[in-house]
Amino acid sequence: MTQLSDSANSIESPTMTESTAPAISAGDGPLKMTTRNVDVFYGEKQAIKDVSIDVTMDNVTAFIGPSGCGKSTFLRCLNRMNDTIPIAKVTGDITLEGEDIYAPQMDVVQLRARVGMVFQKPNPFPKSIYDNIAYGPRIHGLASNKDELDNIVETSLQRAGLWGEVQDRLQDSGTALSGGQQQRLCIARAIAVDPEVILMDEPCSALDPIATAKIEELIHELRGKYAIVIVTHNMQQAARVSQRTAFFHLGTLVEYGVTSDIFTNPTEEKTRDYITGRYG
Amino acid sequence: MNSTTAFAEERNPTDWQGDAMQKRIRKRYAAERRFKALGLGAIILSAGFLAFLLIVMVGNGLRGFTQTELPVEIDFPAMTGGASASQFEGANAAANLRTLGVRDIVNTSVEIQYGEQGTELFSAGGWQAVSAEILNDPEIVETKTTLYLPAESEIDVAYKGDGSASAEERVAELEDQLSTGFNWNFLSNSDATDPMQVGIWGALKGSLITMFITLIIAFPIGVLSALYLEEYAPKNRFTDLIEVSINNLAAVPSIIFGLLGLAVFLNLFGLPRSAALVGGLTLALMTMPVIVISGRNAVKAVPPSIREAALGIGASQMQVVFHHVLPLALPGILTGTIIGMARALGETAPLLMIGMRAFIATPPSGIVEPATVLPVQIFLWSDEVNRGFVEKTSAAIIVLLLFLLTMNALAIYLRNRFETRW
Repeated sequence: MTQLSDSANSIESPTMTESTAPAISAGDGPLKMTTRNVDVFYGEKQAIKDVSIDVTMDNVTAFIGPSGCGKSTFLRCLNRMNDTIPIAKVTGDITLEGEDIYAPQMDVVQLRARVGMVFQKPNPFPKSIYDNIAYGPRIHGLASNKDELDNIVETSLQRAGLWGEVQDRLQDSGTALSGGQQQRLCIARAIAVDPEVILMDEPCSALDPIATAKIEELIHELRGKYAIVIVTHNMQQAARVSQRTAFFHLGTLVEYGVTSDIFTNPTEEKTRDYITGRYG
Repeated sequence: MNSTTAFAEERNPTDWQGDAMQKRIRKRYAAERRFKALGLGAIILSAGFLAFLLIVMVGNGLRGFTQTELPVEIDFPAMTGGASASQFEGANAAANLRTLGVRDIVNTSVEIQYGEQGTELFSAGGWQAVSAEILNDPEIVETKTTLYLPAESEIDVAYKGDGSASAEERVAELEDQLSTGFNWNFLSNSDATDPMQVGIWGALKGSLITMFITLIIAFPIGVLSALYLEEYAPKNRFTDLIEVSINNLAAVPSIIFGLLGLAVFLNLFGLPRSAALVGGLTLALMTMPVIVISGRNAVKAVPPSIREAALGIGASQMQVVFHHVLPLALPGILTGTIIGMARALGETAPLLMIGMRAFIATPPSGIVEPATVLPVQIFLWSDEVNRGFVEKTSAAIIVLLLFLLTMNALAIYLRNRFETRW
């Protein structure tokens, strides 16, 4: 596989050169985000070594790997959440629609609106359900009046599959919902600011199997509307929800490709060992 | 057999029912009982001290809110030569009252009723009550009326059962005529030399103004410092130094802040002595570290997941702080602020340093007017030799405690209000 095999649909970043390490391309679909030779350091310690991955619009990309392999760290580079950690240092090129997101002129606030994030533990604001969803549109000025805002809240909740459950109690506190509902509320909150990419950092690890199934179903429905990147511990989940899978080990990207290939016919020995349960 | 040789010797089976074990159990129970008894004793002891303090204060202090009165019959038409009620209404009332000479009228009436030395039975400033009465109800200058005027301090104390022998005798003579009334003057007057005429209003108003200044200076600066240090400042040696300094500042004896206030606000900036402004600024210096420390702890207690959630949908750092962190930390910040303010309210030493120990007979009308505050007033009255001040001191303490209780109640109310909003 060569880099950018689908370059017809991709926008090449000027900072990106053909001579960089072979990008493991994801194949089809318009390119949304590209990463080239990304290294992440926490102080002296290198957490990510030379990772290059493309994220496409039409595919759900899953990051799998044992604990501490750096998959969450890498995910948090994609919307610069690592900026909040003073000792973290990111090098390499990461682009969104061809724009270098670590460039000085990139507005990190806008970037995080365009690249939304859902966290491991559901973290709704201790406000009403309505205010949870409306917060993002309000601070970004996405609605000019109350009706528009109401409309955004309704469609976001509908997309997150939560509207039917909460439409009669929008003024109740978001923290009063069940764990699974809270996580869907967080997804709705991310959707409300109309992002291009949604990053999910182990979104189901705090949920029971039924709530997990609902989230997975939701990911299926959101696919295509948003580029979705999901970090998961659960290999079955990666197999179920994703079309592209990246396997991380000790900070390096071991293998990246079509999910079914990774799970049935991995090229790397390490990937095979992990998938068959030898370690991790 | 080889595997068991690892143990040096066989253990004897533990005898859970044996005497040694039973004795150990009894000892354990006894230790528990002793500890419980000690704890209970400590609680009872401290509750006893508190009850004693309150009973003594309230017992003494409540008498400070009452005054002993003697009736005086004043024949206004005869004394004034026929003044009309209309003179004491409207704009000229005060001037006309002055020309009327109320003091002489009262003294003459007293001498008629109680003999030559009659005026000595009454509080020197008692005639002012008659002036107030005339302004309140001008009709009385056209009639012959009986008014109750405060008795002299020694008689007052003796009538309340705590006086000298000579005063007791005079009280016995006047027994039929003496009565007790509520001392409204105590709530509306300021400091005076005659304990019958003193009031708490001047000091209360001074305390209110001083606390207000302390709050508007210390609260914003303290909260902003706490937010900056927690949310913005890089963690390095310099900020560590600042943190240590703030912690030390909170432990500095208050009199040192008084000296600082004296040196900076009076000498350097040339602000007036004894003013509520300077008192408030000095107390603000003292309160700020408390607010910063409690504020930082409250901010630290806000779960990081809330910050991440807000950052994750593209809130700026300031939006995260003001939309999420501050509202969640506010109950904690308010609690710390009230603790700091309560400490400042009861503070005497630093205010003495900036000249707030003067005799101030009028309530302050502004922030740069000479003022006094409740604890300083208590300190000044407790120094007085006149016995009449003893109960006034206790009464002032009651007012101070009520002020504190009101502040704490407000704090609890605010905290609950902000907590239930979420």
